[in-house]
Amino acid sequence: MTKVTMTVNGKAASGEVEGRTLLVSFLRETLGMTGTHVGCDTSQCGACVVHVDGKAVKSCAMLALEAEGAEVATIEGQAAADGTLNTIQAAFQEHHGLQCGFCTPGMVMSAAALLKDNPKPSEAEIRHYLEGNLCRCTGYHNIVKAIMAASGQDVSAIAAE
Amino acid sequence: MYEFEFTRPASVAEAVAALNAEEAQALGGGQTLIPTLKQRLAMPTTLVSLSGVAEMQGIGLQDDGQLVIGGATTHAEVASGAVGTYPALAALAGQIGDPAVRNRGTLGGSLANNDPAACYPAAALGSGATIVTNTREIPADEYFQGMFTTALEEGEIVVSVKFPVPEAANYQKFVQPASRFAMVGVFAARFADGVRVAVTGASEEGVFRWTDAEAALASSFTPDAISALSVDPDGMIGDIHGTKAYRAHLVNVMTRRAVAAAV
Ligand SMILES: Cc1cc2nc3c(=O)[nH]c(=O)nc-3n(C[C@H](O)[C@H](O)[C@H](O)COP(=O)(O)OP(=O)(O)OC[C@H]3O[C@@H](n4cnc5c(N)ncnc54)[C@H](O)[C@@H]3O)c2cc1C
Ligand code: FES
Ligand code: FES
Repeated sequence: MTKVTMTVNGKAASGEVEGRTLLVSFLRETLGMTGTHVGCDTSQCGACVVHVDGKAVKSCAMLALEAEGAEVATIEGQAAADGTLNTIQAAFQEHHGLQCGFCTPGMVMSAAALLKDNPKPSEAEIRHYLEGNLCRCTGYHNIVKAIMAASGQDVSAIAAE
Repeated sequence: MYEFEFTRPASVAEAVAALNAEEAQALGGGQTLIPTLKQRLAMPTTLVSLSGVAEMQGIGLQDDGQLVIGGATTHAEVASGAVGTYPALAALAGQIGDPAVRNRGTLGGSLANNDPAACYPAAALGSGATIVTNTREIPADEYFQGMFTTALEEGEIVVSVKFPVPEAANYQKFVQPASRFAMVGVFAARFADGVRVAVTGASEEGVFRWTDAEAALASSFTPDAISALSVDPDGMIGDIHGTKAYRAHLVNVMTRRAVAAAV
């Protein structure tokens, strides 16, 4: 076992891990932060997306020890301390961007990464960016709409489905 | 995954030394290797991460005009960092997988793996790149040796890749929608002294140069110049996603599209 230390949602976090421990296992099992989900464990679904040093990554395809010294952001750090949802989360709620919610942590983290680089993405850009995030429930339409709305764009032209 | 030790050296020399250990293996972005380890298809005793090796990071233009990219540079970094110097290469890197894969996956890892449907092998072969390792420089024409096979020796690291920058180039990828790899991808490049056309995704031998098309395009770099040419379906990959004949057909279509887009 090796000690790994990183910053998770602004707070120092450390624990003993094996070489093979995945970042997602460290978050979920060592730190008990189960907001980050494992949908496929084969790098396809994006339910496990977190940010490492500001970049979206699939935490099921990264070793915990690779995140030594890194700044990690997870879904748990998105809402304010008093539970107030951030703009993206509130837009997902408002526009019904989730049904079962399993994919939502990854969707929200991917959306946050997109909006950081591209504050006013087009519908096509959003759909393209979410290629690595699978949702089995919503048909994506309302997810795209929520992200458009979160970026402050008019969504009235996008028909409700 | 079986158990393994993890080490993250800071220099190429340290990485090479660490890779000398019995059953040690390099770890690039892990986007291929970690899924492989999960399936227990590999059993290294030590993984030597290259992500901390500063000299394998980044993109730079050499005095001779070649673009040099560190072996541990991610696809996302190439997609944004090569836009001004080699736009066709930047666009290719930006089409690999999805954003999260591009934030981890590396040039060296992709070339070392040499997946028959991967994008970078087409760019390296189509540009006539040179693969620089810790011991030697390997021309792309000698580097790719068939599906998942390269000229790399045990423990040899892709430190950087030198890309000659063509006058015009383009990569056209027909995406296999389930894997997001190339069903067929064609990289066409026009240089002052000739044309190179590299095809990925199609052949059972992995990435290859379509020399008939290169010759025709050298006299006229237009889509029409190759309308009558075809590749032999024999030797193409045939699977549930597409037959051999379908892939052979796509090679011509994607080459014409690449030439049209590059002109
Ligand atoms: C969902 C998904 C979609 C993808 N889509 C595409 C696609 O469309 N096109 C495409 O081209 N690829 C695609 N990939 C593959 C991706 O580009 C990988 O990142 C790449 O193939 C391997 O690079 P890596 O840095 O992750 O290497 P790793 O997975 O870390 O390593 C792969 C192999 O290379 C060796 N290695 C790593 N770095 C070096 C080095 N510098 N020198 C020598 N050996 C090294 C390792 O030992 C291992 O054997 C996809 C992957 C996923 C998960
Ligand atoms: S759990 Fe990581 S991509 Fe599906
Ligand atoms: S809301 Fe159920 S998987 Fe997306």
